[in-house]
Amino acid sequence: MEINAKGIYYRDLNKMIREAVAGGERSFVLRNINGQRYIGDGIEGKVKMDLYGTPGQDMAAFMKGPEIVVHGNAQDGVGNTMDDGKITITGMAGDIVGYGMRGGRIYIQGDVGYRVGIHMKAYKDKIPAIVIGGKAGDFLGEYMAGGVIILLGMFGEDRNGRPAAGDFLGTGMHGGAIYVRGGVDEHMLGKGLKPEEATPEDMKTIRPYLKEFCQVFGLDLNGILDGSFSKIAPATHRPYGNMYAY
Amino acid sequence: MLYYDQNKNYRDFEVLRDENKCIQCQVCVRQCSYEVHTYDEKHDEVTADQTKCVGCHRCEAFCPTDALKIRKNQSEFRDNALWTPQYLKNIYKQADTGGVLLTGMGNSYPYPVYWDKMLLDASQVTNPSIDPLREPMELRTYLGAKPDAVEVHGGNGHPRLDTSFAPQIPIEYPILFSAMSYGSINLNIHVGLARAAEEMGTLYNTGEGGLHPTLYQYGKNTIVQCASGRFGVHTDYLNAGVAVEIKIGQGAKPGIGGHLPGEKIGPEISLTRMIPEGTDALSPAPHHDIYSIEDLRQLIYALKEATDYKKLVFVKIAAVHNSAAIASGMVRAGADVISLDGFRGGTGAAPTMIRDNVGVPIELALASVDERLRQEGIRNRASLVVAGGIRCSADVVKAIALGADAVYIATAALIAVGCTVCQRCYTGKCPWGIATNDPYLAKRINPEIAHEKLANLIRGWGHEIQEMLGGMGLNALESLRGNREKLRGVGLNETELNILGIKHAGA
Repeated sequence: MEINAKGIYYRDLNKMIREAVAGGERSFVLRNINGQRYIGDGIEGKVKMDLYGTPGQDMAAFMKGPEIVVHGNAQDGVGNTMDDGKITITGMAGDIVGYGMRGGRIYIQGDVGYRVGIHMKAYKDKIPAIVIGGKAGDFLGEYMAGGVIILLGMFGEDRNGRPAAGDFLGTGMHGGAIYVRGGVDEHMLGKGLKPEEATPEDMKTIRPYLKEFCQVFGLDLNGILDGSFSKIAPATHRPYGNMYAY
Repeated sequence: MLYYDQNKNYRDFEVLRDENKCIQCQVCVRQCSYEVHTYDEKHDEVTADQTKCVGCHRCEAFCPTDALKIRKNQSEFRDNALWTPQYLKNIYKQADTGGVLLTGMGNSYPYPVYWDKMLLDASQVTNPSIDPLREPMELRTYLGAKPDAVEVHGGNGHPRLDTSFAPQIPIEYPILFSAMSYGSINLNIHVGLARAAEEMGTLYNTGEGGLHPTLYQYGKNTIVQCASGRFGVHTDYLNAGVAVEIKIGQGAKPGIGGHLPGEKIGPEISLTRMIPEGTDALSPAPHHDIYSIEDLRQLIYALKEATDYKKLVFVKIAAVHNSAAIASGMVRAGADVISLDGFRGGTGAAPTMIRDNVGVPIELALASVDERLRQEGIRNRASLVVAGGIRCSADVVKAIALGADAVYIATAALIAVGCTVCQRCYTGKCPWGIATNDPYLAKRINPEIAHEKLANLIRGWGHEIQEMLGGMGLNALESLRGNREKLRGVGLNETELNILGIKHAGA
């Protein structure tokens, strides 16, 4: 199903999509997307959407299963509390990507904003992952409870050589792992965290994500694997366990 | 100075055992999860380590020979109006540990209870009171946004409604069970709450710990919660109930998040919250996707889109100094129901300083929020559910007269199933089997009996509400809603009367 979204109010557009999905439609091409919010929210099952333009806030929130390809940039809240599925963004994304994300994968070729991957969590084999080709703002992976964040710092806009990660990376982190290509200075990390060189075992863990990242954006995997990777893992699963007087 | 825990002997309670009555049956030994009582086989004697007693009265309640009494420790410090024993003991404890003081349940300080300073009206001579035993008495309430105006066409006995309504939830009693998460309490209590809500035609709230698979069947009576930790939040969960509540804050601990300690995350809690066993369940203080009213609107509509506009969205805040302005923003952001939680609201765990020193009494917050929304002409656009220290049906009636559509109860509900408000919920060892997920202790709650007791509480309060309404000459709760003429203050100053919007008794 192809929709020219020009001038369509978000509520009408999303209703159209929901009704089409309920009617069995599995493939969408949305053209001239210009800031419409909540695209793909709560949609379940094997649905594929190609979005041309710039989708609005909270795209794919609470989404369970679909695959969304954004040919362009996305705004804030991509994959908010997302349950399952795959999001590919050829450009940049805004703040709070993957907040409280529980499963699925998000691939962003360019930079992302602040507070990305806050409180991602994992349960058994349900492990969410975010791969960022560019750089990230502050508070990446704050309160992280599970899952994988990979920050490459390679394909975004070079802003006077600023580091790939922002400050307060992984503050309050108590699960999951963050990988930063090219390393990260310890002073940028949340309290108690230390960057360590990724082991061959770690590289084995992240390789499938990197491979898919390269596949969707047509990039060279070896060019990425060339560099060194730092791993930031929680110091404890109980960061505030000793805070209280019983 | 002492080199061991100074509080050890400055204990809060004494266990008095009448040796003449004690038959060494050891019921107390088995009942006390704090291991106060021990049996000495050699001397055939039950003894007590009083330092461990939290004053929950479980042993006293179960002693078959009435041999046990729990009293406050009679040992007294020299009188000092400033340095009361509580402050001394807290300082000793913090000097030993360097930790934050923790507590459970609601604010325990003697701040004014405004419910007790308001009196209800009744009819005499000039307007007849109504007898609820022979007249129908309407307690049903519809939660949800109401239109600004209702348009009808086609008279002649066949009027048709032109206005389309936002989804409404009918409740048969203006009393809902407030949010308590699976984790802070156990599944037996959740089952009891769900079944009681189903039987009585009202709602219970899952809290932020997700929804256990066995509870989906009570969806028509369920509010699911979406809090900052987003535990167990997925599309099936969001669509499981009749409403989704965005929890911004909680009366017992406004402005701070929650830490469910890792030792409480067993296999079932892990499954429902969808986090690994043994990991702390941390709910950040704010939702990190909500830093403004505009952001709140974004989450409200993300939830509405994800549930196809079929579910109501509640937004819960703690009553704080500027609740009225915040509530106005919440209504404009699209909340269907505002849940307002006063500073006496309970909790499974909160820092003592926050619980006892932050927030606003619900009576005042309710009056100012209702008044502000009326002034702005948007009161109809959201229902108002209030919480935080509702103890009896008279509190409910007064809340409704002040402008609430319904109330939330949680502490009262737990008391109905045995809680003695000992305020040690955070230990996870609740001897009453309520605030614990220890299977041995949780078994002490039988979901069927919990269901019956909770339904009885609502039933009893419902009768009393009907009596009070009838006494005022009203036959529908709707006629009382926001009808502050039915309230009078006693012992309140001008400012308090103004905020409450009521006259003094006698006027």
